[in-house]
Amino acid sequence: MSSPSRWEIFRRTVMGRAYPRVVGMQRERSWLFFDTLLPLLQVSAFVFIYRAIQAPPEFTGFVVLGGAMTAYWLNVLWSMAAQFYWEKETGNLELYIIAPTSLMAILLGMAIGGMVGTTVRAAAVITLGLLIFRIEVSIVSVPQLLGVFLLTLLALYGLGMLFSSLFLLYGRQASHLSNLLQEPVFLVSGFYFPVRALGFIPALGASVIPITLGLDAMRQLLFPTMMAQFRFLDVRIELGALAVLSIGFLWLARRALSYMEALSRREGRLTIRGQ
Amino acid sequence: MESTRSLRMAAWLGWQIESNWASPFMFAIYSIAKPVAGALILVLMYMVIAQGGLQHPLFPQIFVGNAFYIYVAMVLMGVSQAVIEDRERYGMLKYVYVAPLNVHAFLLGRGLTQATMATVAVLIMLFFGIIVLGIPMPPATVDWGMLFVAWLFGLAGLAFQGIFLAGISLITARHGYYIGDAVAGALYLLCGAVFPIDVLPRPLQLVGQALPLTYWLEALRRALLGDGAGELLSSLSDRVLLLILAGSMVLLAVLSVAFYRWAENRAREKGLIDMQTMY
Repeated sequence: MSSPSRWEIFRRTVMGRAYPRVVGMQRERSWLFFDTLLPLLQVSAFVFIYRAIQAPPEFTGFVVLGGAMTAYWLNVLWSMAAQFYWEKETGNLELYIIAPTSLMAILLGMAIGGMVGTTVRAAAVITLGLLIFRIEVSIVSVPQLLGVFLLTLLALYGLGMLFSSLFLLYGRQASHLSNLLQEPVFLVSGFYFPVRALGFIPALGASVIPITLGLDAMRQLLFPTMMAQFRFLDVRIELGALAVLSIGFLWLARRALSYMEALSRREGRLTIRGQ
Repeated sequence: MESTRSLRMAAWLGWQIESNWASPFMFAIYSIAKPVAGALILVLMYMVIAQGGLQHPLFPQIFVGNAFYIYVAMVLMGVSQAVIEDRERYGMLKYVYVAPLNVHAFLLGRGLTQATMATVAVLIMLFFGIIVLGIPMPPATVDWGMLFVAWLFGLAGLAFQGIFLAGISLITARHGYYIGDAVAGALYLLCGAVFPIDVLPRPLQLVGQALPLTYWLEALRRALLGDGAGELLSSLSDRVLLLILAGSMVLLAVLSVAFYRWAENRAREKGLIDMQTMY
């Protein structure tokens, strides 16, 4: 029997790592409550803040969209960035290292599985939000909207893969740093308000986080009238920037992974637990 | 004696887990950045939309509610996540049960660490609000007695709610890791932390009025600002508010301990004390 080719091993690794995140996570039905209904309640709080201060109804849509996208950011932080630290703690990391496959394939499988699993949750939050709050959308262009969404995910999970590589070196700092990157990123990326409110330069700086541009572009494509006064950049510029970020982060992730793995081996950190 | 020792050692352990991963400077940044970022989200929402921006009459009430809400997330998470972390990450939960300690006191001790950190964060937020945002809170006008009593009763009630969630964590998979955070997020909607419960639909108002947290935040606002938020609770006197808090604290203590005992027995029957579900 001939050995599988490198590409076959790569493919199997990706599928194998994605499988638990797509199938396994759905087996515990508690996700229906914890990952959809409760986040929706949290989003609703921001909706009612805007209602209390008599914001235009489009802001409800901004909040629901931003709230749904928080699922992706949290997935990147906790299921990508901190994952290798977790694998180190449970003893899986050394198995990944000695397995006849690449860590890049494992990261890619994690990313794909995370994207699919989280999309189910985000879709549920958006659908329920649209129905409950009776949000009206005016889609400017469906292809552009899909393009923005897919490029945002690609860039975001590329960033997640980069974080995974960087966090390979960390011990418990990994989970705390992931924790630290929640509210500050919700603030600077404009999850709950148009990012333009921060000012042009801060928003430009925040654009390194793909969700910043993705959210702004999606809001422009779904609520064009209101976003005319709050938009950050033209949708086409944001699409281009997201494409650049996607390629950039994936390339950086690959480079960082090689470097960090070598560094971790030299410093003996690949198998340290309880740091 | 055993309870006191369990509480003390758990608090020490919780502090070590929370703090010894970083230098004091990094830890200080970590402790400040999160709450301030949360406050700034609210500030920017008001600046973008509200008539009068930060001078909007609701803003001080909302800011104070948002500041003290830090306790809710951190205490609920601290107590409930202790179960998941000890079970899944450190594999120590079974040893906790084997050790000669009081499990309830152990969990409360872990929550005590989070409460201490939350206190620092709340104080930072309040100072930020007073100094940077100009929220009027002159010390001479603060009802310190009411503030202390309300704070204590509310915090104790939160700790017992954390015990309740810890019981749920004991019998659920790793999804329960975020149960404290998720429940805190849900309560954010219902307890009037960031908007008066008057704006909620009537059925949700009724839910909000059944939550001890609603009265806790109202009492804290009255103590600090001299006035609560919204009309629904304005008819309640300060004394009634404090009585509601005291009564709910006792009720939560009884219910949470009873539920945790039930969850514990169920976990033992099903062999869940040392289950692993992180994958």
